[in-house]
Amino acid sequence: METTSRRTLRWQLATVLDVHDEAPKVRTFRLALAEPATHLPGQYYVVRLTAEDGYTAQRSYSVASAPDGRAEIELTVERLDDGEVSEFLHDVVVPGDVLEVRGPVGGWFAWDGSGPALLVGGGSGQVPLVAMLRHARALGRPDLVRMVLSVRTPRGLYYGDELHGPEVHPVFTKVVPEGSTRPAGRLRLDDVAPLVRGGETAFVCGSPAFADAAAALLAEAGLPAAAIRIEQFGPTGS
Amino acid sequence: MPPVTRGFVGRRKRDPRLPPGQYDVGDQWPVLTAEPAPNLDTARWTFRIDGLVERPAEWTWDEIRALPRERWDGDIHCVTTWTKFGMTWEGIPIDTLLEAAGPLPGARYVVAHSHTGYTTNLPLADITGGRAWLAFAAGTAPAAPAPLTREHGGPARLLVPHLYFWKSAKWVAGLRLLAEDEPGFWERNGYHDRGDPWAEQRFGGD
Repeated sequence: METTSRRTLRWQLATVLDVHDEAPKVRTFRLALAEPATHLPGQYYVVRLTAEDGYTAQRSYSVASAPDGRAEIELTVERLDDGEVSEFLHDVVVPGDVLEVRGPVGGWFAWDGSGPALLVGGGSGQVPLVAMLRHARALGRPDLVRMVLSVRTPRGLYYGDELHGPEVHPVFTKVVPEGSTRPAGRLRLDDVAPLVRGGETAFVCGSPAFADAAAALLAEAGLPAAAIRIEQFGPTGS
Repeated sequence: MPPVTRGFVGRRKRDPRLPPGQYDVGDQWPVLTAEPAPNLDTARWTFRIDGLVERPAEWTWDEIRALPRERWDGDIHCVTTWTKFGMTWEGIPIDTLLEAAGPLPGARYVVAHSHTGYTTNLPLADITGGRAWLAFAAGTAPAAPAPLTREHGGPARLLVPHLYFWKSAKWVAGLRLLAEDEPGFWERNGYHDRGDPWAEQRFGGD
């Protein structure tokens, strides 16, 4: 899977079509690309901001939308404290604005829809995994994916009603929804082990601490290390 | 110059130590790996240099630790745009290790490979001349370097601080010297072949 290999990734202009909230401090930007490119679920785009004096800042954001053949992508961005780019996107950008982007990037943390996948996400790590879920559903093969999402509270699940269904297993670490039989708490072996069927590729996305813990659980559940692909978001301690 | 983004001024004062497009990550040291971090036992750990060399060489952990060490102080740059200033590292110069193996005249490239299977490619010239180390300790000055933790590549990783940090392979197991360039893991997955942060060589074609 070498989707970006040996191909020049040019900067292009993207027009913001829509901005909407997914959760507290989490917002999705729908962009129209001047030069459309087909992405694989799991891949990301780089966004570059340029000031009048030529100062630039750039960050990478996962694509949340499935490759649906349209010249549009959705990037979901968490507003980080002191986040130079995410703050600007949240506080300033409105529909009609033009942003510079390039992508799609990343040939490793990407799922082409051809085999079973176990998706394990924590917090904003759900973004690239939702692109995979959406892709599986669009292919008419929701059975290919099984998804575990670890979030603090029910409000931490993005994408409205989409994260319901037999493929999706949310886990709440602080506050559980009414009627839930699982107590609040971190991801455990018995949250993931029943979803392992053998032969799948696992995609783990979240903070470094979450990803490390989740990868250890997957190994305990019998997944070989070579079947576990990881993408980490955000900073860790020093 | 790229087109100006409406309303963007940028909050940070430009620090001349920052390569283009990078920001100062401060006290944090992000962890970014594509695979599970392994638990490597130093009792069975080895480091090997082979390929186009006069005599393939292999060291145990104790043998590596017995070699003369160097301290390197400076900044590291990750392709994901963070830069960490003022680090201090300790390790064995790659020059010392290469000298033991004796590179053949045709050797021009190297693939660094890790105990996890990770690979990254470098021109031999980028890891010689006092610019690369087999590092086993790191910290932020003025603190002394502390043993590398598992998530930062411990017990030992490659340190090539003048290139983006994906070249500084974590959990490094060895170097293979080659006549021709052979793209490594990220280089096959879209990243630049060399990765010079000052030339902003992030992705293939930059």
